[in-house]
Amino acid sequence: MTAVKKYPVLAALVLGALFMVLPFAVVLMNAVKSPDEYSSDGPLSLPDGLHLDGITTFWERVDFGEKLWNSVLISGSVALLAVVLSVFSAYAIGIGRIKGRPWVLAFFVLANMLPQEALVYPVYYLSKEAGLYDTRLSVIIVFTVIQSAFGTYLLASVLSGFPREVIEAARIDGATKWQVLWRVVVPVSRPTIGVLMVLFFIWTWNEFLLPLVMLVSDDVQTVSVALGVLQGQRDMDATMTNAAALLGVLPALAFFLVFQRTLTRGIAVGAVK
Amino acid sequence: MAAVLTKTATDAGGSPPGPRRRPARAGRPRSEGSYALYLLPGALAFLVVIVVPFLMNTGISFTEWSGVGTPEFTGLDNYEKLLGDEDFWESFRHSLAMVVAMAVLPTALGLVLATALFDVVAKHAGARWASVLRACFYLPQVLPIAVAGIVWSWILAPENGSLNDLLGALGLDGLQQDWLGDPDWALYSVMAVMVWVQIGFPLVIFMSGLQRLDPALHEAAELDGAGWWRRLWHITLPQLRPEIAVVLLWCTIAALKVFGMVYVLTGGGPGGSTNVPSYFAYQNFFENFQAGYGAAISTVLTILIMVLAVVALRLQTKAEDET
Repeated sequence: MTAVKKYPVLAALVLGALFMVLPFAVVLMNAVKSPDEYSSDGPLSLPDGLHLDGITTFWERVDFGEKLWNSVLISGSVALLAVVLSVFSAYAIGIGRIKGRPWVLAFFVLANMLPQEALVYPVYYLSKEAGLYDTRLSVIIVFTVIQSAFGTYLLASVLSGFPREVIEAARIDGATKWQVLWRVVVPVSRPTIGVLMVLFFIWTWNEFLLPLVMLVSDDVQTVSVALGVLQGQRDMDATMTNAAALLGVLPALAFFLVFQRTLTRGIAVGAVK
Repeated sequence: MAAVLTKTATDAGGSPPGPRRRPARAGRPRSEGSYALYLLPGALAFLVVIVVPFLMNTGISFTEWSGVGTPEFTGLDNYEKLLGDEDFWESFRHSLAMVVAMAVLPTALGLVLATALFDVVAKHAGARWASVLRACFYLPQVLPIAVAGIVWSWILAPENGSLNDLLGALGLDGLQQDWLGDPDWALYSVMAVMVWVQIGFPLVIFMSGLQRLDPALHEAAELDGAGWWRRLWHITLPQLRPEIAVVLLWCTIAALKVFGMVYVLTGGGPGGSTNVPSYFAYQNFFENFQAGYGAAISTVLTILIMVLAVVALRLQTKAEDET
């Protein structure tokens, strides 16, 4: 590649990347404007100063702290429980090599791809019957199972390459299957388990349809649902919309910066491996 | 199940018959239970949360039901109604538009971007630049769809929206539109937003795929005077075929499931001009109280996705066997 051609390509890529992050910049710029400034100067001017009233007003109006806590509680519980469930199932499939293994595995993969539209109404109905409707627990249970479908599939294929000698050695030394799982398999698989926990946390954080249907009361809603519902009702003015966008973007941005490598690695492993 | 439970007995056969092995009790039937026991929690959970609801949904699709009282069995009536329902067909045509916006365009753009990042940026400007740029393109993928929707609905707003203001500032007032409120433009606006959302996924997959290719082929072609585009088309593309197939199918499945963005940006409107099957089913479930009809829509959608999923899985196992 000659130097003449190299710079246009680089410039085009940088422009493209700027276009991708431009919406974030515009949101940040306008979230710190006062309503007067916004209506007189429009969305494209640089802010005069730091005006945080819009954000604090929005925070208090939707009780954003509570929404954040709900999201953390739900996503955290799902990440933990779904990993445990995945480890159990994957242990049986990948290490135990139970009979009908390919079929069991195919079942988990298909379950993972099933559109939630085909589950949402019965889940809604059953949770009402069970008295779990409009509770965070219902969403935790449902997503623990949905996410563990992917986890089982990924972990089982990783574990099927686990060195048999290690397990045999532990078994001959008298370790039970339970001990082999927790003292040998889990510690060795920690990197994969870590990737799974991060993915489950972020996926659950971003989920929309099922939490929208299941969580109707204000005090149990997640960040995604609360913001989506507000936007869907179309009763926010420009400054509020901006504050909402900024507060919604920030946690995602934080996860992204912290977990960037885990995420991109995990996505690549999950899709092609 | 019984067949599964006996499997463990043969497991021990895999170990070499060492000289100092304790005299194995026939087949070593331990009292601790078999590996299949570890599948039990997962199997039960899947039964309750996935299998039973899925079968119920299929059952509901053969009934007329408002969600309360007893469903009335009506056979295939809902499916017959679907065939003649213009709104249903329109929602599926919009699904095709979503496939273009979320599978076709991101795959094509992702390929060009990934090779450019890999070839040009990583080699001439450093790997750090490549990973920063990749991160920029990937960022929308981690954003909750509801939040991305808020950001874009505000940018695309007719009054004081950033896009219209920008066009005004450039003296292009004639191009200003009510991007999401005009039935002629709404679908294209939603599509553009979905390209923005989706592009990071193929990019990341292709960049990791490029790492496994043999650079010697590329260098040979370069020495022979093949230009960048020709090398992309004749060398990179054929070698990345497994990744491309998987990405296209995964993205197509995601495109058929689109719900959140439509809910937040347009609510299916104006006048149904951006409605998609998933949102159409939601409307029937929770707004029109026609659970039977909603279930029929989601069943059709499920069948379509499952067929694609099986194809995707076959391709994937094939790709794995080849590597």
